Order: sequence, then structure tokens, then C-alpha cells
Amino acid sequence: MKSLHVVVTVVTGLLLVLGSLDMSSPGDPNSPPATHVSPRYVESALEETAVPNMVTAVLADYRGFDTLGEVTVIFTGAVAVLLILRVTRDEDET
Amino acid sequence: MNREPAGVVVRTVCRRLTPFVQLFGLYVIMHGHSSPGGGFQGGVILAASAILLVLAEGTDWIRRVSLPALTVLTSTGVLLYAGVGGLCLALGANFLDYSVLPFAEPRSVGMLLIEIGVGITVMAALVSIFRDLVMFE
Amino acid sequence: MPSGFNFDFVVGHFNTVTYVVLMMIGFYAMTGKTNLVKKLVGMNIFQWSIILFVVSLAAKRGATIPIALGGHASLDGGTALDAAQYVNPLPHVLMLTAIVVGVAITGVALALLLRIYRRYGTLEEDELLERIRHS
Repeated sequence: MKSLHVVVTVVTGLLLVLGSLDMSSPGDPNSPPATHVSPRYVESALEETAVPNMVTAVLADYRGFDTLGEVTVIFTGAVAVLLILRVTRDEDET
Repeated sequence: MNREPAGVVVRTVCRRLTPFVQLFGLYVIMHGHSSPGGGFQGGVILAASAILLVLAEGTDWIRRVSLPALTVLTSTGVLLYAGVGGLCLALGANFLDYSVLPFAEPRSVGMLLIEIGVGITVMAALVSIFRDLVMFE
Repeated sequence: MPSGFNFDFVVGHFNTVTYVVLMMIGFYAMTGKTNLVKKLVGMNIFQWSIILFVVSLAAKRGATIPIALGGHASLDGGTALDAAQYVNPLPHVLMLTAIVVGVAITGVALALLLRIYRRYGTLEEDELLERIRHS
């Protein structure tokens, strides 16, 4: 049974490496992640928002709605742990 | 889980070190504009100072942290974030459109306000999760 | 080495192989181990390898960190920033969200494991299924 896990893991790894052979080499300034919307963020972050840190400008201004969702996720995580772990005296394992 | 306080050397060093760690966490939040950092990173550093104190002082220390205050702090950060967005909505622009806020450089100040909200929520949420995991009997 | 051996290709894809190896270590721990805590650690390793891989896609040769050189003072200069001089900031932003979500998932999973251990007394998967079937 354990050999099945090893075989599946190795086959998945080989398939992943095979699928990534067509990717452009790292450090290429013309790769697809760096050409569509990122040059606009880099060039206009300082003049539009007066904030030199481009990562903060994208996180809090251009994509601020996603950050609201992320804060809600960490808040929900804290509430979920609270609901799972805080037991009162009268409610025990049922 | 019950953890005894550590020896006197560890306890003294951690107590002396905690204000500097918290000051550094506040610095990382406030200087998220011009150096690497921001709300999440600073909030995690602030929570780490609380965890350091628990490791040094034992679990009796965290028993005295007031639960309602921690939960209220968690909600305050989200409220601050959504409140800034709602304020922009009330002033006539889109949700989270900072350009209508009545400050000089409105987008920069709007970003600072929401980063503070994010920092508060992340710190309180991580301390709350840690407290629940530690004080489960 | 034969003269046609493309060293750039191997060096260029070496980082992909590294992250795939890390990912497969996490994948094997998630599926091949029977202890629940080891499965959780495997899930963590899997997720961190993906985060590292996406951040590594943001690199550019000879570029600096995505903070504008000169800070606020370069606002009055009026010179536009050159996009090829700064590292791509977008994957960093997306992975910040992923890291925070991963922390929340780990916290909730640990809370669930505490309750499971208190209720059934074991964290091994096969013993757990036995005790659930007989309770």
C-alpha cells in the first residue's frame, strides 16, 4: 500500500515538471506574469497614490477589496477556533 | 495545558525585550508606505510579542487576558476597514475610493487607516487563536 | 558534455524542479501518512512550496525591490518609473493573502485536532475510524 503512494507521488511530480518545461526562464522581463497589468502598477503607483511601496499600493489601494476579504478570513478563523474550543461547564461531550 | 514560568534569566530577558518588539511591530505597520512592511507583517510581530511573554511567564499570564477585550479588538479592525470604505461611499464616491477623503494626499492617508485596521485585527486574531489552543483543558 | 548541451535550460528550470520536489514531499505526507498531525504538516509544506514558487515567478534579472528609489522626493521630479527596473509586485501581493489564509487554516485545523483527541483518545487514522465505528 505504501508503494502505491510512492508511485503516485513520483508520477505526479514527473507530470508537473513535464508541464512546466514550456515556461519562460526565471528573470525574464517579458514573461507573461510581468507584461499585462504589472507595468501599469509599477509606473503609476507613486504618482497616483503618493506611496513609494508598490506592494502596499497594490494591496491596499488597487486591490483593496481583496484585502477586505482576507481580513474577514482571519477574523472568521479566530471565531471558528473560538466556537470549536470554548466549552462552558454545562455543555460537555454529547 | 499548564506551563510553569521559565527561569529567572529567561523571564527577565523576555520582559525587557517585549517593549522593543512591540515598538518594532508598530514601526513596521506605520512605515508600510516607504519600506517593506504593512498591516499583516506588523500585526504578526505584535502577536509574536504576546506569544513570547506566554513562553516566558507561563500560562497564568494569559489567563488574565480579558476575553471580551480581545474579541472586541478583533472586530474593531474589520470595522475600521469597512468604515473607511463606507465613509467613502457616504461622501459620494465608490466603495473604498479614497480620493474623496478630506485629507491632503487622500489615498495615502486612506491606505494608512486601513493598514492600521488590518494590523489590529491580525494581532488580536492570532493572540485569540493562541489563547484558545493553549487554554484548552 | 556534448557541445549542444543547453546549460541555460537546466539552470533556468532548476528552481521549478526544486519546488516540485518540495510539493511532492508535502503531497506524500498528506496521503501516505496515517497520523493526522503529520497530514497537517504535509498540507503546510505543500502550501508553502506553492507560495515560494509563485513568488519566484516575480523575479527579474538585475531588478531591485518594488519600492520606488528616492521615495517621496521623486514625486516632484516627474520622471516615470521604468517597469523593467523593479521586480513584479503582483505575485507578492497575491501571496500575502495566501499566507494569511494558510495561517487561519492551520489554526482551525489544530483546534479540530485537539477536539478529536479529547473525544476519541487517538490521532491515528485507522484507530480513529475503528473507534468512530464502534461508538
